[in-house]
Amino acid sequence: MNDVIIIGGGAAGMTAALYTARKNLKTMIISVDVGGQTALPSNIENYPGYDGVNGFELMMKFQAQATKWGTEMITGKVVKLEKDGDIFKLELESGDKHESKAIILAFGKTPRALNIPGEDKFMGKGVSTCVTCDGPFYKGKTVAIVGGGNSALGGARELADIAEKIYLVHRRDEFRGDPIEVDRVRQQPNVELVLSHVPKEVTGENVVTGLVVEDTKTNQEKTLKVDGVFIEAGYIVDSAFLGDLVKRNEQKEVIINQLNETSQPGIFAAGDVTNTPFKQTVISAGEGAKAALQCHNYLTGAEVGLDWKH
Amino acid sequence: MANLVHLNKDNFEKEVKQSTEPVIIDFWAEWCGPCRMMGPVFEELSGEYEGKLKFAKLNTEEEPELAGGFSIMGIPSLLIVKDGVEVDRIVGFAPKDTLKQKIDGVLSKLS
Repeated sequence: MNDVIIIGGGAAGMTAALYTARKNLKTMIISVDVGGQTALPSNIENYPGYDGVNGFELMMKFQAQATKWGTEMITGKVVKLEKDGDIFKLELESGDKHESKAIILAFGKTPRALNIPGEDKFMGKGVSTCVTCDGPFYKGKTVAIVGGGNSALGGARELADIAEKIYLVHRRDEFRGDPIEVDRVRQQPNVELVLSHVPKEVTGENVVTGLVVEDTKTNQEKTLKVDGVFIEAGYIVDSAFLGDLVKRNEQKEVIINQLNETSQPGIFAAGDVTNTPFKQTVISAGEGAKAALQCHNYLTGAEVGLDWKH
Repeated sequence: MANLVHLNKDNFEKEVKQSTEPVIIDFWAEWCGPCRMMGPVFEELSGEYEGKLKFAKLNTEEEPELAGGFSIMGIPSLLIVKDGVEVDRIVGFAPKDTLKQKIDGVLSKLS
């Protein structure tokens, strides 16, 4: 049996695995992907020690380091997690089952869908959730990017070098991203800001031809003529499989204390999936290490769970 | 890797259009993180479908015209092609089990 199963293979999960494996705990990562959100951007400029690094390559290093110390990595989606006495039982979408003595939740966040007509129909065929992946297919074209955080701002800047024209659509009249990213976007002559507007529909017959947006102040609609729509509208926590096992906040984030303990003894959590502020790779890595060390304390009988507050 | 070909302008006609078995094409690029996650899963599966489904990879950066011919606007995209015609498309990263289920579903309809 595994000592610990880590759900999620991003910065938090890989770091947690590195730490638990180095503590000689039998460690397994179960993840739907490799590298999580960090694997997507083409260039990360704020991970210390790397003055600009490709996200996927950075995460490959995380993975190599975790597996070098004995971590077993499995690709799959966890659909059920149950506690049976002191043992945790997991079931994957494939039907495979795994058991462990402790759990670290590190499955991060999932991109938020717009839930508007046309979004599903054109997904991967004019609608995209990854600027780095799909931007190059829009060379010389007109696109809209929806969102107001760093992902949207960075995406707009990346697209500015490829596409002819970019509409940056944001529901508020100011950005929540870093001022330096906002300034960079404002300096791009081919980026037009469409603030205080929400997307209503992606239009087109066989290909995308437009994005209908509505003014949040006047409720007036207009159609932006675009060949593609990029969605960078934030993230949600996809945690239905947890049932009532751990307490979560209004945003469905897993609530942890400063030792990364959840409300359920034996379940720890780290990174973007938790209520820890600031969603950053470097923070997720640090939190993953904390969760792993406290998990080690739990499995070796050290005192835990004294200061859990909610 | 026996059941895996890399497509380009020169071999596309023979490997895809004239293929007696259906072909699954992985459209990918170096700079695409999810594509590079998909790669090992795709290669792992190729061995399980020997004789039933040909596995092929197409670098969209090196072969933009072939990618354009299938109206690829997002990667990774996996296209299942029979007699040169697209019969199904899987967009975005999919874990091995999910991918296997989808492939089996399409193959059962084709046979």
